[in-house]
Amino acid sequence: MSPAVTITDLTRLFPAAPKPALDRVSATIRTGRITGLAGPDGAGKTTLMRLIAGLLKPDSGSIRVFGSDPVRDAAELRGVIGYMPQKFGLYEDLTVIENLTLHADLRAVVGRERDETFARLLKFTDLAHFTGRLAGKLSGGMKQKLGLACALLGAPRLLLLDEPGVGVDPISRRELWRMVGDLADEGIAIIWSTAYLDEAERCDDILLLNEGQPLYAGPPRDLTARMNGRCFLLPVPAENRRIRLAELASRPEILDATIQAQNIRVLIRAKTGSESAHFKFETGSAPAAPRFEDAFMDILGGAKTGASALTHILRDIPRDGATVIETRDLTRTFGDFTAADRINLKIKRGEIYGLLGPNGAGKSTTFRMLCGLLTPTSGEARAAGIDLRHSPARARQRIGYMAQKFSLYGQLTVAQNLAFFSGAYGLHGAGQRDAIDAVTNCFHLAQYHGIKADALPLGYKQRLALACAVMHSPHILFLDEPTSGIDPVTRREFWTHINAAVQRGVTVMVTTHFMDEAEYCDRIGLIHRSKLIAAGAPEDLKSQAVTDENRHPTMEDAFITLIERSGL
Amino acid sequence: MLRRLLALIRKELQIILGDKQSRLLVVMPVIVQTAIFPLAATLEIKNSTLGIYDENHGPAAIELTQRLRAQAVTFTHFIDIDNDHQLNDAIERQRALAVIRIPPDFSAQIARANATPQLQLLLDGRRTNAGQIAAGYIQQIVQSYQQDLASARTGAITSTPSSELVARAWFNPNLDYLDYILPCLIALITTTGVLIVTALSLAREREQGTFDQLLVSPYTPEMIMIGKIVPALLIATFHATLILIAAVFIYQVPFQGSLLVLYAGIILYALALAGVGLFISALCSTQQQAFISMFAFMMPAMMLSGFAAPVENMPVWLQHVTWINPIRHFMEVVKAVYLKNAAADHIASLAWPLLVIGAITLSAAAVLFRRKTA
Repeated sequence: MSPAVTITDLTRLFPAAPKPALDRVSATIRTGRITGLAGPDGAGKTTLMRLIAGLLKPDSGSIRVFGSDPVRDAAELRGVIGYMPQKFGLYEDLTVIENLTLHADLRAVVGRERDETFARLLKFTDLAHFTGRLAGKLSGGMKQKLGLACALLGAPRLLLLDEPGVGVDPISRRELWRMVGDLADEGIAIIWSTAYLDEAERCDDILLLNEGQPLYAGPPRDLTARMNGRCFLLPVPAENRRIRLAELASRPEILDATIQAQNIRVLIRAKTGSESAHFKFETGSAPAAPRFEDAFMDILGGAKTGASALTHILRDIPRDGATVIETRDLTRTFGDFTAADRINLKIKRGEIYGLLGPNGAGKSTTFRMLCGLLTPTSGEARAAGIDLRHSPARARQRIGYMAQKFSLYGQLTVAQNLAFFSGAYGLHGAGQRDAIDAVTNCFHLAQYHGIKADALPLGYKQRLALACAVMHSPHILFLDEPTSGIDPVTRREFWTHINAAVQRGVTVMVTTHFMDEAEYCDRIGLIHRSKLIAAGAPEDLKSQAVTDENRHPTMEDAFITLIERSGL
Repeated sequence: MLRRLLALIRKELQIILGDKQSRLLVVMPVIVQTAIFPLAATLEIKNSTLGIYDENHGPAAIELTQRLRAQAVTFTHFIDIDNDHQLNDAIERQRALAVIRIPPDFSAQIARANATPQLQLLLDGRRTNAGQIAAGYIQQIVQSYQQDLASARTGAITSTPSSELVARAWFNPNLDYLDYILPCLIALITTTGVLIVTALSLAREREQGTFDQLLVSPYTPEMIMIGKIVPALLIATFHATLILIAAVFIYQVPFQGSLLVLYAGIILYALALAGVGLFISALCSTQQQAFISMFAFMMPAMMLSGFAAPVENMPVWLQHVTWINPIRHFMEVVKAVYLKNAAADHIASLAWPLLVIGAITLSAAAVLFRRKTA
């Protein structure tokens, strides 16, 4: 196993940034292995990728790719490196085969070699049936597969994949892993950058970065081993699981608390060995095998827990048990394609309802109809007792909406965005100032007030979007994939806010493709191939997936079982 | 309600004037166009060359060529042509804009009392406009020569000509093309500004998802439209003011009319145009589509505005078509206010189509908006 990439004391600064994007990073990347480049948003993962690909120059230190300098010997390395950026350069108006042909032309893969390569790659990526489809019409997972196929043209020896798992559903993600695993077995060196820890855990080696600093390099299990004896599973009945969770998370000796199947998973801070024994004695919890995510939370010092300041911002809504969101046979077709097929939902006040499903299943279509952004072909969608589509503007005052794609004004600063959206909802004078101050504190936005929203790190973009959605104290919050692509520490913070909102009586409708997040919901609706195939509390769905081989299925197991069982 | 609208308008202006780059983008094109356009879009014929093919060399021919050389201020260069080959060459290689050919029997014909001497003027048809204007100048000179001849013949005693045509151009006494161009420029430049704010920025909001964010907020589609129209009016007024200042103080074209009437006209025009822009943006879902549609409207609208070619010269059916073109009406309004201080009722008679166009485009945009968003 010879090194494919050798990085020595690599530093890269960006003008106007206070801290270096990468600060004296050293690492070795070996062939025939998948090296995970892990770390939260803004850790420097993409910068490192671009440096290895020769698209950026280092300020100091050096990189050698198979012994060559990626900038100086760019011509020599062009055929050696396959690079798949975060937003792969697919031409959405070209078909699958046209995209492949274009990239083959660019890499001078011609003649019989091209035919053979295409046949192999189409078989490998399972895209052979879709060669005539426009790339823009592919699902997230299929786009990534096509991107991978394009990056594999010309048989590279080093493959750089920048967050290939973002926006890809669990089933497609498993396929992507299988494919990349095969490539590693062929002897290709692979760098897979990710903010998802379950992905990082699967890598052969990882390089963990945080704010440009290297935190760890080596096999993930060695890092995980540091958590031995500090993880516990505490069985808690479903009805008071969330309350227990909040209580546990606020205890100082506890690093992190999450829901896992029927239990709360608790991590104890280091150097509190006696207390962990005490904890075990007091609650009767069982020790658990540490996971990579536990070690990650530990190395980053845990999430900012405690009560969310959102409870001070939102007005209390009397919990009258009323049905707040209701759909009746909600259907939407696009041409001859049915994107949502007779969806029936009933959501009560103060509930967190999660819509789960693979990409392209119809989550967003259903969601947009509920918000009044899309007209149903037939059926009905009512929120707060009103069809939002025909509603007077006043009714929309009661909802807050956070889109899947960041959709605030990128050219405006954070402060200007806050001022505009509070003004849009009729806040003014002292009330407006108070609301802006409150969300600024709640979402730690003060340091970014003068910065344009486009320039924010992803995690802060999402914080700003949530801030803008809650300033006017809505009764219903629509959150479309609010935690997509953000790191676990920030995700914890988001769920603290969502829980705080629900405590004030807000009804939350959320879509997600994180299975562990589904555990935080009161009820879940599973959407697959445009149909609602299952709905119920997370417990119910998991119990439906119990088999002889798997007595304690996780949410992901339940998800896959239920989809397979639906026969769609 | 009003506060929410103000928030919308302030947001729009913050985006337009947010940073140095976008501020430059608002001001620079106006400055560049105001600086270059009046110099480049010359309607006068200056520094041209006239070819003289004198086959006669008689006294009358010499007299005529002398007059041409002395009086045709348009032509600063003259080439003498001796044969057909040279003549072809002069026109074909664009060495001369026009060639006047004096036939061999010219002087003889002049000398005879009742004969009609012929002259041939050859023009370069590729330069239609310039050729026509040149032909006009030459005709004037030839006519005055004819008159002189005629009066000489009727005897020096009764030498007063029967009648004389004295042309005086009102509202532009010196026939200075700047007086014509600058008012037109007010119409042309405000057009671009308004269309960019209305057509392009809405398409951008749609593309970036901010439009959805507006739709779930308590804004009605009409409020969103007003939120785009008001900034467009402000930009149009600002652009027009810049050009007005340049026209009056730098190019020294005296402003004859009432500022109040001019600004009322600008606002009326910007409203009609904002309707067109919003209509385009309601039809398009991407910035690219909006950009192309904007040009598909703007180019013909400018060509048929009467700026490049007078509306009266167009075929009658096309003249009727230009009625729906807001630029055409505004062009007339600006010229009427700027150059002749026309009476209010006259301006109103020129401007009322703008009101009709605005009402139609704005309500069409509103209908499309509602249908597309709901």
